[in-house]
Amino acid sequence: MMSSMPPAAVMILGAVLVPFLRGRLRTAYVLALPLAGLALVLSMGDTEFGRTTLFGHELTLVRIDGLSRLFGWLFHIAAFIGLVFALRSPSRIERPAALVYAGAAVGAVQAGDLVTLFVFWEILAVSSVFLVWARRGERSFRAGMRYLIVQIGSGALLLAGILVYANATGSVAFGDIGLDSPGGLVIMLAFGVKAAFPMLHTWLTDAYPESTYSGAVFLSAFTTKVAVYALARGFAGEAALVWIGAAMTSFPIFYAVIENDLRRVLGYSMINQLGFMVCGIGIGTELAVNGAVAHAFNDVLFKGLLFMSMGAVLYRTGNINGSDLGGLYKSMPKTAGLCMVGAASISAFPRFCGFVSKSLVMGAALYEGYNVVWLMLLFASAGVFHHAGIKIPFFAFFAHDSGIRVKEAPNSMLIAMTVAAVLSMVNGVWPTLFLYPNLPYEVTYQPFTSAHTIGQLQILFFSALAFCGLKLTGLYPPELRSVNLDIDWIVRRPLNRLALALGRTGKTMDVQLRTAADGLVRRTLRRAFVAHGPRGVLARSWPAGSTVLWVATLLAAFLLIQFL
Amino acid sequence: MAEQHPDGSRDQASAKFVHDDKPGIFDNPRNVRRVIFGLYTACAIVFVLDVVSWFQARAGVPELRHPDSSMDGLPGFYAFYGFVACVLLVLAAREMRKVLMRREEYYDDE
Repeated sequence: MMSSMPPAAVMILGAVLVPFLRGRLRTAYVLALPLAGLALVLSMGDTEFGRTTLFGHELTLVRIDGLSRLFGWLFHIAAFIGLVFALRSPSRIERPAALVYAGAAVGAVQAGDLVTLFVFWEILAVSSVFLVWARRGERSFRAGMRYLIVQIGSGALLLAGILVYANATGSVAFGDIGLDSPGGLVIMLAFGVKAAFPMLHTWLTDAYPESTYSGAVFLSAFTTKVAVYALARGFAGEAALVWIGAAMTSFPIFYAVIENDLRRVLGYSMINQLGFMVCGIGIGTELAVNGAVAHAFNDVLFKGLLFMSMGAVLYRTGNINGSDLGGLYKSMPKTAGLCMVGAASISAFPRFCGFVSKSLVMGAALYEGYNVVWLMLLFASAGVFHHAGIKIPFFAFFAHDSGIRVKEAPNSMLIAMTVAAVLSMVNGVWPTLFLYPNLPYEVTYQPFTSAHTIGQLQILFFSALAFCGLKLTGLYPPELRSVNLDIDWIVRRPLNRLALALGRTGKTMDVQLRTAADGLVRRTLRRAFVAHGPRGVLARSWPAGSTVLWVATLLAAFLLIQFL
Repeated sequence: MAEQHPDGSRDQASAKFVHDDKPGIFDNPRNVRRVIFGLYTACAIVFVLDVVSWFQARAGVPELRHPDSSMDGLPGFYAFYGFVACVLLVLAAREMRKVLMRREEYYDDE
């Protein structure tokens, strides 16, 4: 019965057949799955079904309501765009992994209870790591391992939090949780790991740039947006999130300026965009939550577009370092143009989609009196234009001519990028057509006022002016082949060294202990050998004569005692 | 060319180094100067528009300007903030490099 089939099952179960298909049939099948899933979700409307009872707890497999509705649609669209982009991928694991990953994201946002959420949470972790490993090579393997450890850790935290929460409240329903409830903090931390909270963020900037050219497109769409949804569902209005979000918008932009790997720049810029969403969730008003959801939707489109354009560059040139690229507008003009649409969208140019969703969050911050937060968000807005809006297209496609000449990106990639660009343009130009009516709450905010437009254009043009001035005066830091230390350095260097040193000490102690024990056993054996060995005192074979003598002696002694 | 990744970039062979092909539009310094001049003009226009709307608001046409706070009500607030923010961002990032930057192979011996 189709009506009771969970939409997540379409892509997850459908993925099982993919390894057995080849060629055009595989292409058609793989692209049909997300479209079929999308059709199923659209046909359902807002609904709740799949209720079962497990160990006395009521589970709800599927819940589509105002908050989860757009996410469900979004993940199907993102999966479709990503699969079109990955059409040429030679990897046999990438397509099924991406399908399971996208399906798990759908399942997680449509989960009506925490247990179902946990199951999909873990599927997300395990399926996504294959998109990193599919690149092959030592670097990707290690980055994937680190990524997997963090993701599984997030799942363990979530499970622990759920157990405490369910034990205290007697319910596993996934509604508002709040920091005050028992286990609430642990659950929020679990969400926070996947949402790339400051200090918990390095798995993202570590692993995403090590994935395949198309893997990063999928990775950028699902994990973090599921976490944003989960935070919006469970922790809307928690003031702590306002400041966490504001920190997330600000600190990554410094890294983005000096980072050389352009996909890693996008990773940092992604944390910056997530910051706007987390901040909106923390403010928690209808306007702010609308902003967070709308920005999540738009971010998947424009960040996906940017990751695709950089993926196309990596695919054609085999390189993604700002220090080695430049001048590609000559050989990849279409990719350059599409990249700039993404850049304008993320920078929130008026009439591009970042403008209509970021405005909601920033407007909400001001209305609620978060003036300092608003200034931080404004700083981050200028910064994001600086690194994602200008730096990405500039160093890849313009700057000094690197002399690299390649073919334009393949048609499949251009089509995928065009679809993302068109959808984000639609949301930017006519937000009232599709985006605003489907947000959790009614939208009364009007982003296209002349004051707002002029203000935003000033921010953008004068940021560009600053870039231009710094570049012309040579103050702008040049792109250098390098690694920049982030907080994960603590784990990868001192803690790693400490663990190795402890291991060595342990090994020495282990050897000494074994030697000592070995000596003890040897000495005991030697003594036993002396006593019981073939020539040992107690093992000597006594001649019959001496036995008789001893018997006689005993008898004599016996007699003597009798007489006495 | 940097290291090639075994991730299926099949058409990498098409990546060539050429220095004597036909010049692109930004190989002509005049075009670069035009872009920069366009940026100066755009900055000037939005700044003037902002000042004009500020005077209009004072003259009693409030619908053109409804500042969300006292700070952004000032003319040129956004221009000033955007410019200063970016300069400080880049200068701070330059300093960060001195502390945080390592050679590319730093983590390779893990």
